[in-house]
Amino acid sequence: MSTADQMDQIKGAVHTNVRHDSAENHVTGRSVFIDDMPNVPGTLHAVLVKSPHAHAEIQSIDVSVARDLPGVHAVLIAGDVPGSNDVAPIFEGEPILAEGLVEYVGHPVAAIAAETMDIARAAAALVVVKYIELEPVLSIDEALQRNSFTSPPQIMRRGNSIQGIADARHQISGEVRCGGQDHFYLETHIALAVPQEDRDMLVYSSTQHPTEVQHGVATVLGVPVNAVTTEIRRMGGGFGGKESQSTIIAALAALLAAKARRPVKLRLSRDDDMVITGKRHDFLFRYQAGFNDNGRIEGIDILMACRAGNVADLSSSVLVRALCHADNAYYLPNAHIHGYPCKTNTVSNTGFRGFGGPQGMVAIETVIDHIARALGKDPDDVRRVNFYDEAGRDTTHYGQKVEDNIIAEMVDSLSREIDYPARKQAIAGFNQENIVLKKGIALMPVKFGISFNLPTLNQAGALVHVYTDGSVHLNHGGTEMGQGLYIKVAQVVASTFQVDIDQIKISSTSTAKVPNTSATAASSGSDLNGMAAHDAANQIKTRMAGVAAAHFEVDEGEIEFRNNRIYARNDSISFAELAELTWENRVSLSATGFYSTPKISWDDDTMTGRPFYYFSYGACVSEVVIDTLTGENRVLRTDILQDCGRSLNPAIDLGQIEGAFVQGMGWLTMEELWWDDKGALRTHGPSTYKIPGSRDVPPEFNVHILEDAPNREPTIFRSKAIGEPPLMLALSVWLALRDAVASLGGPRCVPNLDTPATAEAVLMAVDEARAQLRGG
Amino acid sequence: MSVRLQLNGVLIEENDVSPSMTVLDYLRESKGLKGTKEGCAEGDCGACTIAIQSGLGKVEAVNSCLMLVPQLDGMSVVTVEGLSAPDEAMHPVQQAIVDKHAAQCGFCTPGFVMALYAYTQTGDVVTPESVHEAIAGNLCRCTGYRPIVEAAFSVASRVDKFIPPAMEQSEYYTDGDEDYFAPTSIDQLVALRSEHPDAHILAGGTDLGMRASKDRQPYGQVISTAHVGEINRIERDDEAVTFGAAVTYTSALPALDEIAPSFAQLVRRIGSRQIRNLGTIGGNICNASPIGDTSPCLIALNAVMIARGPNGQREIPADDFFTDYRKTALGADEVLEAIRVPIPSSDLVFRAYKISKRFDQDISAVVGAFAITVEDGVVASVRIAFGGMAATPARALACEAALIGQPWSLGTAIAVGLALTEDFTPLTDFRASQDYRTRVARNLLQRLHLDTTQEAVPVEVMAL
Repeated sequence: MSTADQMDQIKGAVHTNVRHDSAENHVTGRSVFIDDMPNVPGTLHAVLVKSPHAHAEIQSIDVSVARDLPGVHAVLIAGDVPGSNDVAPIFEGEPILAEGLVEYVGHPVAAIAAETMDIARAAAALVVVKYIELEPVLSIDEALQRNSFTSPPQIMRRGNSIQGIADARHQISGEVRCGGQDHFYLETHIALAVPQEDRDMLVYSSTQHPTEVQHGVATVLGVPVNAVTTEIRRMGGGFGGKESQSTIIAALAALLAAKARRPVKLRLSRDDDMVITGKRHDFLFRYQAGFNDNGRIEGIDILMACRAGNVADLSSSVLVRALCHADNAYYLPNAHIHGYPCKTNTVSNTGFRGFGGPQGMVAIETVIDHIARALGKDPDDVRRVNFYDEAGRDTTHYGQKVEDNIIAEMVDSLSREIDYPARKQAIAGFNQENIVLKKGIALMPVKFGISFNLPTLNQAGALVHVYTDGSVHLNHGGTEMGQGLYIKVAQVVASTFQVDIDQIKISSTSTAKVPNTSATAASSGSDLNGMAAHDAANQIKTRMAGVAAAHFEVDEGEIEFRNNRIYARNDSISFAELAELTWENRVSLSATGFYSTPKISWDDDTMTGRPFYYFSYGACVSEVVIDTLTGENRVLRTDILQDCGRSLNPAIDLGQIEGAFVQGMGWLTMEELWWDDKGALRTHGPSTYKIPGSRDVPPEFNVHILEDAPNREPTIFRSKAIGEPPLMLALSVWLALRDAVASLGGPRCVPNLDTPATAEAVLMAVDEARAQLRGG
Repeated sequence: MSVRLQLNGVLIEENDVSPSMTVLDYLRESKGLKGTKEGCAEGDCGACTIAIQSGLGKVEAVNSCLMLVPQLDGMSVVTVEGLSAPDEAMHPVQQAIVDKHAAQCGFCTPGFVMALYAYTQTGDVVTPESVHEAIAGNLCRCTGYRPIVEAAFSVASRVDKFIPPAMEQSEYYTDGDEDYFAPTSIDQLVALRSEHPDAHILAGGTDLGMRASKDRQPYGQVISTAHVGEINRIERDDEAVTFGAAVTYTSALPALDEIAPSFAQLVRRIGSRQIRNLGTIGGNICNASPIGDTSPCLIALNAVMIARGPNGQREIPADDFFTDYRKTALGADEVLEAIRVPIPSSDLVFRAYKISKRFDQDISAVVGAFAITVEDGVVASVRIAFGGMAATPARALACEAALIGQPWSLGTAIAVGLALTEDFTPLTDFRASQDYRTRVARNLLQRLHLDTTQEAVPVEVMAL
């Protein structure tokens, strides 16, 4: 690899602040999202007929009237699916249209394509479905009690937790719940399916996982995978919501298109999107822990029960990641962490930024906070004594050695920077003086595992062409959802070739160009695709170097790519000239690149191994204020120190950190999914489901990227993944709210505050803390 | 008759567009202007924000998803495509968003661009407060807003010199199936109301617009109040300020700031700037929502609703206006003409408190409005009204009775709060539980006490 000095000479090298490749198109309205593509004449618009019941047997579906409505070109029910009506990503039995049974309110029962959206809607209203209502299971608790799961429970065990807890000096037990979260990407799910020659299908899908869409469409159409092409230039946000869920939408559009032999666009309304597609899993945790006088954990047992919803989808994987993050940054000597994917008659939950990790951390941070308050200690002291450190205390409960641990240094550095002890004192003083408003402060350390838990998924491909004018075409399996993956990978290619970034043409992700890809998920986008593109570019570069060496009659080792030129001793030619020369010499200027993450392994039976190539670290302190009369609350200040390795693009990474934090803050505070007693989601639009607005961002918000921290593993230019880890820093907000609530109780007050910590939840916790104080 | 507008500088006359087509659909589907996005179709995400200007009026950001095409009659409209031509330099707002890395996925970006463009045209001093107010109606799920706010700060307020042409306005528009009336006088309005008892009265359309955007239902007949001069005015005398029913929230704010600043602050939390630029005081009252924010304030301030029908004017005290869930005392042939708000006497303290999940642009769980006078430490007069506590906005008569004549102390505030259980039995829904509503309503009396007796002590989290 070239040195940093050399790289600085080209425009848009790695480790520089290059703006998002679409920035100018975004602000001028020229960025084309799928719904903005020019209308192909004859395109039909699709809507779905949804179940009004949480659990019911379908007695009959009569589509005859709907089908006869002028302008309607296709009506589809489960029986009409030519291939298999099952698009399950991991298990089986996940029909895209309900077959005989509806299992949640909103479950698609039929799909209609018509000349206009209004006709399609009118037709949907004419579909007559007769149901026999069945008793629904609507809560985690109920499913847990009935042992009703979407996949088998999963258990991680080390040592003897029962003994560890019993033998410890102190014991605690408790329960905490964390809420779900709607992704609320601004662009709702959309797919445009365009029938091609033969039985081929081209699907434009707003998806993080083009390959899974391709497979899903092929499956439902009953055609081989090579008959389907998925393409996506950009999504209007994804956050995990378009990992598996977009397959359902794309498959429905493709089925209708195949049936009508016309292009079909299925764009979900916001309400349909929120009702029909999955969200972040809400969890119930029950814990027991034993610890010594310093608060050091000696044994722990955590039950993690999540709402999987009606089918498995990705829930088993989400659960594993939750189990794998039950430690956060703490060594758990005797641990029994057991997870249950509860089957409920609610929409099947799915991946969401952090993928169970944030939820797992809610559990362990509750335990830490509880231990500290039970002992009358500062929670940060209890955190400190539990951090992973020297040999003997450096292996996770799933058997991975933590080799790159920097959490203690990061926490120290942040604490010093913000004068943390003095801030705590000032808050205690404020709370003494103020009756109604109370402040709280808390630190959240984060250690987050990077790699898909399942080793197979950690692979990527890329396709790079150099044209004879020296311009470069770049393609890879990663998708762009705003996170800046395209620009980062382009920077990698620019740095590899040592050409300006404007020489690199970024192209839409397509299964026809790079096959068999993994989802752009698990924060892995730049780690995987950056490496694959680097590999492809390096292959071409090596060939070009050979041509240059022959041309200049020097050894290949003497050829140097630098600042848009190729040097050989005192001679040089431009990159474009060498490209032309390479072609003239009949040497290929095109290559596919490939990468598979080294070192990782996982044993599903024992739930042990090294699932993560490395860990990403972060530390965050948030200060909050609560109103003890109303529960209203607000973050006043947040300070973040985030590990990005050697950041590929600090400006992009900063955006990821801030965005993730605010999204996490929303999850933990104001974003509340509310189902009624019939199982209908009643918060299905922004008027009822509140994500943070600009005023909710901490007025003092200091974010720093850890400096001089190259990844100790040879990742792409020693960078680290950034998509998910900072989301968990937002737990500092919730912990600070707990701290504020605890200030109202006695010295050993353990606040009872689940998430989301809405004003209502905070007021209830306040009143409970005060009652505890009065009671004892 | 046609709809005439200037769209990104080009004069357009539309004759065939359905009157119930939303402006968003019109822009995207009829005009091929795909920069403006649909994110929610309920006026809550701001992705569809455009800027409009009526005559020589102000440039205002609005939600195109909630507007009907005939509402654009006589207006000049700018969309994100119109801010800079393909070969021209970007508008400073656009450049600032690029420079600050304030766009990630880009789907919300055109809406932010337009909201900030309109903001730069207000001439407002750029403060965090005014920036948040300007973009409270725009949601971004990617950036965490910090760079967007910075972009706003980097663009100094600048009023672009741009004089829209005078355009004739139509009083009637139809596509054959649906009628859109735009009367220009109160007499015409009343006459049309009598002639078409089933017609929808369209003021700002921020609620009614959802019929088109979400339900995609035709309206049949619509009577717009936008051009009725008499009800688009604010009049002031020594005793009262009279707001024409079609006065928008935005237009009402300066007068409210003068007579009841706490009311004005509450109005700033109604919807977003986009909503307040279209939404009207009269609309908020006439749709009689139990969670309409202005109603409890008007009741507490002892406002009077002035109705007009074929037989002339009639006054209805605000207390008596809300008769049942979404029902008012207006007769079938009557319209609301104006709202007269008495100017509070100098010894009267008025406070309005809104409780919601999010500070900005959220619908209330509870609104408490209090008008109280204290003489020699004793409560001499009090009017209290709540929203979110019953099927209609309503007075808390038992609480008022318990309070009158009592010493104004924290003990009193706590004690009389209990009387609210006689006044209200609120519901549990997705905004709040019955228990929470009850506790909070009660506690707001304590806040009122602290707020009115200890001025130096912050009593709300936003005060810090």
